[in-house]
Amino acid sequence: MKLRVGHLYPDYLNIYADRGNIAVLRDRARRRGHELEVVPISLDGGVPEAIDLFYVGGGQDREQALVAGDLARKADGLRAAVEGGAAFLAVCGGYQLLGRFYRDRAGVELPGIGLLPLHTVAGGRRMIGDVLLDCAWAGETLAGFENHAGRTVLDEGAEPLGRVLAGFGNDGRSGYEGCRAGRVYGTYLHGPLLPRNPWFADLLLADALHHRTGAAVELEAADDGLEAAAHAVAAARARRRGGRP
Amino acid sequence: MDTLADVLLRLELRAARLVAAVSRLAGRGGGTTLPGKLLRKAHPAAVDRLAALLPEGSVAVSATNGKTTTTAMAAEILGRSRRLAHNSSGANLVSGVASTLLAERGADLGVFEVDEGALPEVVSRVRPRAVLLGNLFRDQLDRYGELELVAERWREALAGRPDTILVANVDDPLIGELARDHEGPLRTFGLDDRSHARASLQHAADSKYCVACGRPYLYAAVYVGHLGEWRCAGCGRSRLSLDVAARQIELRGLAGSSFMLSTPEGTARIRLRLPGLYNVYNATAAAALAGALGVPVDEIAAGLEAFTAAFGRFERIDVGDRRVLMLLVKNPAGANEAVRTLLDGPLPALAVLALNDEIADGRDVSWIWDVDFEPLLAVLERVIVSGGRAEELALRCAYGGFDRSQIEVVPGLEAALDRGLELTPPGGELVLLPTYTAMLRLRGIIARRGHVGEYWQRTASR
Repeated sequence: MKLRVGHLYPDYLNIYADRGNIAVLRDRARRRGHELEVVPISLDGGVPEAIDLFYVGGGQDREQALVAGDLARKADGLRAAVEGGAAFLAVCGGYQLLGRFYRDRAGVELPGIGLLPLHTVAGGRRMIGDVLLDCAWAGETLAGFENHAGRTVLDEGAEPLGRVLAGFGNDGRSGYEGCRAGRVYGTYLHGPLLPRNPWFADLLLADALHHRTGAAVELEAADDGLEAAAHAVAAARARRRGGRP
Repeated sequence: MDTLADVLLRLELRAARLVAAVSRLAGRGGGTTLPGKLLRKAHPAAVDRLAALLPEGSVAVSATNGKTTTTAMAAEILGRSRRLAHNSSGANLVSGVASTLLAERGADLGVFEVDEGALPEVVSRVRPRAVLLGNLFRDQLDRYGELELVAERWREALAGRPDTILVANVDDPLIGELARDHEGPLRTFGLDDRSHARASLQHAADSKYCVACGRPYLYAAVYVGHLGEWRCAGCGRSRLSLDVAARQIELRGLAGSSFMLSTPEGTARIRLRLPGLYNVYNATAAAALAGALGVPVDEIAAGLEAFTAAFGRFERIDVGDRRVLMLLVKNPAGANEAVRTLLDGPLPALAVLALNDEIADGRDVSWIWDVDFEPLLAVLERVIVSGGRAEELALRCAYGGFDRSQIEVVPGLEAALDRGLELTPPGGELVLLPTYTAMLRLRGIIARRGHVGEYWQRTASR
């Protein structure tokens, strides 16, 4: 099966090695006999047709501001794709842009596209460190690294991606990290996220395949010995030093 | 007559020197940081006072990549006719500068490598005659923050210093902007040989968009990362003209390189014993700095040609009947150059990659995914991954297309070194690519076995 991944602003939002996430998706698809076509989506132009999975990463403040206006123009196309069942992973700055707005320290609001029920307010001290999440909804954990000044607040009733076992999370207070709504997932976790969390990469691929074929798909198991070892080390780091300034 | 403050300062200096000796005896390294830390705490202005005693003043060198090598090259040139206070061990925070000032009293000139984040404080305390700014690449975002934040802090540090000579690599657009705004004397440098330009910006390129208008820069030549001959089609800004330039560059694989050094005071052919375009940058930087202090071109050439390597930076060390080649890697731009350099020589079949995630390495290891390791992985038959985050490196190699069965995960550095040596035939060379703390430790292990001096003994740069 050929899957189409729409990578939003790869030339602007790539600060935390986002291409690692793409490499993992591509390789894990290939190992199951699927091909990944990655379509770069940048400034100008619309939202390409028949995308199964969208990906947006993080950038420096300046780059984020450079793309925000363009993203707003793509909002309707992206919303329609998501309503049609496409999956979406947004990391760091991309996660913030998927909310309703981002308010900077001067009180100026940068509008988001509202695919996730949340908003973000710039805070003082950056929240930097290793993170470990318990994703009870999936019976799994996620290990990664966070580095953000924004405090993200979920709307009442919104589903977080996970409960913080170690680290800061969305705002350093709520005890939760990330957000998920249907097949749209947002998180501050990079490192990048997917290499040492292969279950989550497979979940995204399964979502994408579901969108492509119209039927639920189960991916066969992969040899994840190295992944499990890396996860264990990253989880131990988070437990030892996550969430401390 | 001495004031009470002078007496106190003298007592504190004595105490701090004692700490240095105790620190060495206790096996806590070379005492390159701790004495300065204590001195700074007890007497914050002591650094200022000690620096003011240097008859020729001092110079400060900062950059993301190459600051240790550039500073060591400058020291090689400047140290031929004067006594230097040079923080050659890489202790480049204010405490390291303080420790060096303390240990090298009686020196004529201070030559300081300075951490990017520490530059503002060092500049305000040491008041250097010249500041060299080499480059800004993405590096340890968990520690330094975003590039433009670093550039902004540099700008503020220079703003109050119209007497300071700014020696600026204007091939870097962010530094070019600082140079444009500097009120004091300016000496620009860069590369000028389009035959060595890369086809395009590499993946991890930074500063791709004009700081003034946000349009992508256009390059007539890209040399290293985003360094090159740039201009902006939007607002018309372009690279400043070069006062000091490297022209007619010839790279001779791992053996070294040569180039024509062109300065306002004259030109000279320089034969460098270090490989790679990035070392041509380092040498041009050191030459520009020395020239700004009035050193004649022939002395600059002599210093550069005598220079071998700063510790851990393309350093070759004999270990019994084998040899190791150590290339520090610490961020995407630097690691890409290390890979590019390695591939210019005889292709290695084996490499030891070592990734630590301590504060000095950066706790965030995501940068390894921005390194273009693939060309190296394509020629290697086997890779040994080591360090505190060996498993992450294993994943990087595996998802870079490397056969999982040929990846050996050996987290312990000593065990990884031994395994690498075991797989290296007698007379052969083992390539080590460690991050900063892994490099220090690997050198320590090799030193304990008696093959090289400890890093604070400066054996490597001599």
